[in-house]
Amino acid sequence: MNWSSILSSSIGKKIVMAVTGLFLISFLLVHMGVNACIFKDLFDPTDNGDMFNRAADYMGKTALIRIMEVVLFAGFFVHIIQGLILEWENRNKRKKGYAVNLGNKGSKWYSRSMGLLGTILLLFLILHWWHFWIPSRFTHAGLENPILLSNNRVSHDMFKLMTVTFSEWWVVVVYVLACISLAYHLLHGFQSAFRTLGLSNTRYIKLINALGVAYSVIVPLVFALMPISMKMGWVGF
Amino acid sequence: MEHKNINLTLKVWKQKNGQSQGRFETYLVNDISTEMSFLEMFDVLNERLIKEGKEPIAFDHDCREGICGMCSMYINGRPHGPWEGTTTCQLHMRAFKDGETIVVEPWRANAFPVLKDLMVDRSSFDRIIQAGGFISVNTGNAVDANAMPVEKDKADASFAAAACIGCGACVAACKNSSAMLFLSAKVTHLALLPQGSPERKTRALNMIAQMDKEGFGACTNTGACEAVCPKEISITNIARLNQEYLYAGLTADK
Ligand code: SF4
Ligand code: FES
Repeated sequence: MNWSSILSSSIGKKIVMAVTGLFLISFLLVHMGVNACIFKDLFDPTDNGDMFNRAADYMGKTALIRIMEVVLFAGFFVHIIQGLILEWENRNKRKKGYAVNLGNKGSKWYSRSMGLLGTILLLFLILHWWHFWIPSRFTHAGLENPILLSNNRVSHDMFKLMTVTFSEWWVVVVYVLACISLAYHLLHGFQSAFRTLGLSNTRYIKLINALGVAYSVIVPLVFALMPISMKMGWVGF
Repeated sequence: MEHKNINLTLKVWKQKNGQSQGRFETYLVNDISTEMSFLEMFDVLNERLIKEGKEPIAFDHDCREGICGMCSMYINGRPHGPWEGTTTCQLHMRAFKDGETIVVEPWRANAFPVLKDLMVDRSSFDRIIQAGGFISVNTGNAVDANAMPVEKDKADASFAAAACIGCGACVAACKNSSAMLFLSAKVTHLALLPQGSPERKTRALNMIAQMDKEGFGACTNTGACEAVCPKEISITNIARLNQEYLYAGLTADK
């Protein structure tokens, strides 16, 4: 049994999914933390996204974060490719299906739909990159006028780009739907990752289940509130 | 429990052999006692079919008391029928209403090819057991039963896992056709006991390798297996199997 045969076995593939999944979960927390800076505007109307832009500027200039960005892309890539392969392979293990299906009698619909939810998230991700990541790194579309931050650094106005992007209804709707998909994806994925990594003590399973539910509700909700509050004008200029 | 006789419509999967295309056949069965087991109902139907000169329905069974795991039937969309923690042979006709239509299918999974009608070939399970579901024992006199101390909780958990009868309902219910609940029961049974420790690492690695080779899918922790298992094997065992596999994968010599 060498490394590759262990990692390519059925459990090995799941371990890869679990490790990359947990890494992406930890990334989401950072992403949410940085973006939640836009909510400073709720308490201080003169902020106009300064706190968020400073945070984004910091992320852009810090070497460690830029290195992690590469790791993050690798994580996304492996998680997506492995997930699609797993879904495809597993579907092919039953060439002839049932006339009457077990359906929801044994498992939750979202547990059985991780491939579908993941595909929705992948499509969203492409849109999301096109909205924010590609302009901020490459094209600078919508970011033509740099601003002076309160810490005297000159930076892109990512906050402005957000308000412009989220001024359109369809964008807000798509982002909220993506957050709902994310919530269900996490609801299964969070606890499943720990089980795959071998967590079997009843005590910890209970803790992880509770943490998983809390994470799957709170994180997507905070994300969903960003486009909503910008569209509603709660956060903006 | 009130006793009565009921009439039913059965839609049963008929398939001549592994190569042929199967289809559903409809049978009307009348005057079925609610005290009968599901298999007895099939016996009544088969006797009638034989008398009529028709081909009886082939199905697997042996002990008819819930211990051999042969009676694989996928009844109304659920392996072993509507009752929890029950094998098909222990399912009684009082689980059904008069006039009900019951759909009976064989287990569906590439690793369990249909042999005839409701019978599937489950020898892939035997090969998985041969790959690692054993322990080394010294020949000679039997060892004194109390010579090896075992913690009570572990003995209980091991015993609960040993209750698996290898029926394959977990595979039949799983959207991935994964045999992980079965494997996890076998691995847990041995891993929790000192007798299982000599082959601890090779067991997990070899049994999983065999499972993959047989064409079962990868577990995605949906929980359908646990919900239908007639022996109520816990899905926690799958986490333990993952743990055993990870440990063996990280520390095995070669
Ligand atoms: S784990 Fe349960 S469902 Fe699976 S083979 Fe064993 S007894 Fe049958
Ligand atoms: S016939 Fe033996 S378990 Fe049903």
